[in-house]
Formats: sequence, structure tokens, C-alpha cells
Amino acid sequence: MGMTISQKILAFHAGKEFVAPGELVNCKLDVVLGNDVTAPVAIAEFDKLGINQVFDQEKIVLVPDHFTPNKDIKSAEQSKTMRDFARKFGIKHYFEIGSMGIEHCLLPEQGLVLPGDLIIGADSHTCTYGALGAFATGVGSTDMAAGMATGEAWFRVPESIKFIYYGEMPRWLSGKDLILHTIGDIGVDGARYMSMEFTGEVISKLSMDNRFTMANMAIEAGGKNGIIAADDITRDYIEQRAKRPYTIYQSDPDADYVEIREYDVSKMEPVIAFPHLPENTHPVSEATEVSLDQVVIGSCTNGRLEDLEIAASLLKGKKVHPEIRLLVFPGTQQIYLDALRRGYIETFIEAGAVVSTPTCGPCLGGHMGILAKGEKALATTNRNFVGRMGHPESEVYLASPAVAAASAIKGRITAPWEV
Amino acid sequence: MKFTGKVHKFGADIDTDVIIPARYLNTFDPAELAKHCLEDADPEFPTKVQAGDIIVADKNFGCGSSREHAPIAIKGAGIACVIARSFARIFYRNAINTGLPILECDTAIDAINSGDEVEVDLDLGQVRNLRTGEVYEATPFPSFMQEIMAKGGLINYIKDK
Repeated sequence: MGMTISQKILAFHAGKEFVAPGELVNCKLDVVLGNDVTAPVAIAEFDKLGINQVFDQEKIVLVPDHFTPNKDIKSAEQSKTMRDFARKFGIKHYFEIGSMGIEHCLLPEQGLVLPGDLIIGADSHTCTYGALGAFATGVGSTDMAAGMATGEAWFRVPESIKFIYYGEMPRWLSGKDLILHTIGDIGVDGARYMSMEFTGEVISKLSMDNRFTMANMAIEAGGKNGIIAADDITRDYIEQRAKRPYTIYQSDPDADYVEIREYDVSKMEPVIAFPHLPENTHPVSEATEVSLDQVVIGSCTNGRLEDLEIAASLLKGKKVHPEIRLLVFPGTQQIYLDALRRGYIETFIEAGAVVSTPTCGPCLGGHMGILAKGEKALATTNRNFVGRMGHPESEVYLASPAVAAASAIKGRITAPWEV
Repeated sequence: MKFTGKVHKFGADIDTDVIIPARYLNTFDPAELAKHCLEDADPEFPTKVQAGDIIVADKNFGCGSSREHAPIAIKGAGIACVIARSFARIFYRNAINTGLPILECDTAIDAINSGDEVEVDLDLGQVRNLRTGEVYEATPFPSFMQEIMAKGGLINYIKDK
């Protein structure tokens, strides 16, 4: 029996030739990640162990991105806890707010996560790095603490579902639409505990930015990880970024999958996930009656340069609807700078948008764009749970950057071809 | 470990944003988090919950964000145990790591109502509804995972080793 990429990565890091789904293995970690919300909890647990060093100062990454620039005194204390820890233990990859980014945009950009890596992060969207052919999964703060102390974590080797996408990508379709469609198909627990492997001719032509978006939302189907085999597109992306060796794995032809699902993308429309679950999906043409108060473009799901590029292309020379608040959040300082140099930021501001420093703030209802009671937002983010972006009686619709830009212009959910 | 307590019942896909909304994540003090536990699902829950009560929920409990504040908030609210048809995997791991007893029991969910008194035996993997006398079987956790929960979490378990 062959192995999937996920099995091969876990086997290598467990020092084994072969691992089977369901097997419990203890693995060495390449990267342990935390942010200003989860790391302080991990640091408190780490302190209880009473040890005076971390397992490796170069393999821990700490990013203040959730409530930064700090929204209140308590958040400032949490960031300080993380900053002090980073200084005390000589953590090499701590990113202060002038050099930071939303963690899952930042780590790939900085070449800190590479194909074949095994990564845990105290943030559920850590699965993003699977787009590079790495095994990356979200954990809680206690696992992060144990990871920082020992450089190891135990895993149950997941079963895998293979998703095959074929056909001609329509003009306005994006990785976001493919993953929303998939979650709509299998449900928010359709891949619970499992590995989601994204394959097919559509994926092999998809850009890195769109691949990150797909792997990012594996967790929204309950997945342990999302993974895409590294190829020439991956190599082009990491060529200038990687500062250490990496390994590219392929799934064996006789690897075991509990299920294989195939999707013809040719006739797919952009997808909208209605409140209050990412599985409540509808084609955009069924959603155009929904009027909006706010549109958010950004986040670890869709805050990359290509996302901003498509939004800017639609907003160029247009105005945001007078009853809409449009917020744009570039994913990292570098993306912000690139967008500025290419004129996207000017386009956004001239259209009437607000452009913010990178932060997770609005996506999780933390700060910077909280919704009032009864308000509706369309966002390129990843979750539309009750109260996710603010008041428990507010609503979030999830969509691609193209739909978001078009909707900001019209003031209601709008297909990109309408503007 | 055995618990007897009054049931608070919740539906499917109770996510960690609902268990403890991000607006309260600027602290991880259990007592502070407990004041807002599950308030977006049931605004009265934080005031009516009592020490030793038990949560019974449908599938995929704890989906979404990896915030360990979710099991910390539930534990802080005094909940003795969470029984669900299934758990999302990060929450499952976090509950064990923070010492919040949980049990996956498919058959118990439909037959238990809010307000019922139930008895949970984690060693045997049994749930008994004291109102009806019915007993539901679940797969018990392996002994090392029970020990982690009994010791109040992974760090205490590691320290004692």
C-alpha cells in the first residue's frame, strides 16, 4: 500500500518508513507558531514546566496579528507577554508590527514554511501552509507550549479525502469559490479529523495565492490539514524565499483514500456562503437580493497581492456605494507596499475604501470594523458564525475578492460581471 | 472519573466563537471568560450554569477557531463534562490538554433533554439518564488520556512524569 503526501511527511518526522491512517505517532516539528491571543496562554503553560530554554530559537515563530496594533490595555499586556518571552528566549522569528503580517500570509512570504515541513500553529488556519506541500495543522496553546519545550508533538495519522477539480476555469472563478463549493458539498464536518488533498488539472494551473486560499479553509470542513503537491508553481514561489533545504513529496498512485470527489469547474459560478455556517453556499446569482452595510477585503484567506489586484481592477475609476463601508486589509507589510507601488492602494482610497495595516481584527470581530446589531457584511474572510464579526444579531456572507469588490460598488451582493 | 449533574443541551456545530466570542479574548482568566461562556448561543447560560452541570450537544462541538479559551471558559463556568455526538478535532485535543472531561456518545444525545440529571462514568464510557434510568454506552478513552484529564491537563501530566 502506498502513502499520501501527508502520510509521507508524518512518517519522515516520526523516523518511520511507513505510517498508516489511524496510527498514533510522535513527530519532530519544523515550525511552532503562535500569535498574540494564543501564545500568552501557551507561555503561561510553558512557564509551569520550569525550564529555561526553548527547543530551538529558530523554529518558533511569534506574530502579533490578532489585536494589533493593540486595541486596548489588556491586548497590549498580552502582546507584551509575547514580546518579553521572545526577547528572553532569543526567539529569532518574532515580528514587530512594522514588519509583521497576518501570520498565514507572512510565514510563506518569509520562506519560513517549506514543502515537506511539519508545522503546528496555535491558530486553526495554520492549515494554509499545506498549499506548499507541507503538513500543517492548527493546535491549541497547550500543544504549542509542549512543542516549544520539546520540539515534538503526537499525531493521529489522518485518513485522506482526494478532491479532483477538472474543466476550464470560468473568467471570475477563484480558489475561494472552489473551496467554498467543496465545503458546501461535504459540510462543515465533512472532513473532520481528515486530510483534504486538492488535485487535478485546475489545481495544477492555479496560482500560489489561490492555493493558499484553498488550503486555508480546510479547517472549515473540519479537516486536520489541506494539502497540494508542490510543483513548478510552488518552486517559483519559494525559489527566492527558502533559506534551508526542503523536500517535495508526491502521493503514491496506490495511496489509500477514504473517498474521492470530483468537481467540474466549467459551469461553476462564484459562491456565497450565507450566515451562519461556511457550508450554507449559494451561487452568486441566487444571492443578489441581499443588501449590505459593510464589505471586507483581506484576511489570511484573501489578503494576498492577487486578491488585492482583482479587487483593484474592479474598483478602478468606480466609487464605493454611499451606504457601504469598504475595508481593505493587506495581508502583510510587503503586500501593502507592493499594492502601493502598483497603484492598488490609490485605487481603493479614490474609490472610497478604508485601507488598514495588516491585522486579523475585523475577521474575528476583534477590532477595526465591528458590526452593529442587524448589520450585514460580505467578507473575503473564512467564517460566518453567529457574532463572528460583531453583534450576535449581525450577519456575515463569505465570498471571493471579485464578488466583494463588485458588491461594494453596488451596495448589495453582486456578480463581478455586473460592474 | 464519575460525574452527576444537570444537563444544558445545545445543537449541532457549536463553534468556539459562540463558546467564547473573540471580543473577550484579551484575557485568559477562567473566571472572566466564564462570565461570557456560550452567551451568543444562550444569553442566560453564564448566569444559570452551576458548578457540576453537564453540557450535552449534537455533532461537531467546538468547530472553528483553535482558541484554548473555549475549554478554559467551559471549565471556568463549572461544567464537569461535555458529552457530544462528535467533537471538532482541535477542540477535542484542547479539552483533553486543559483537563476538561469530554465524552463522545452518539446514542445519548437524542434521549437527553435540558434539565435532566445524568451520571457520566468516564472509566466505563457510560452515560446514565437519571430521569429515565436509561444507560448509553460510549467508547472510553485510553487510560493515559483519562489520566491527563484527571490531572487537570497535559502540563500537569508531563510535570508528574
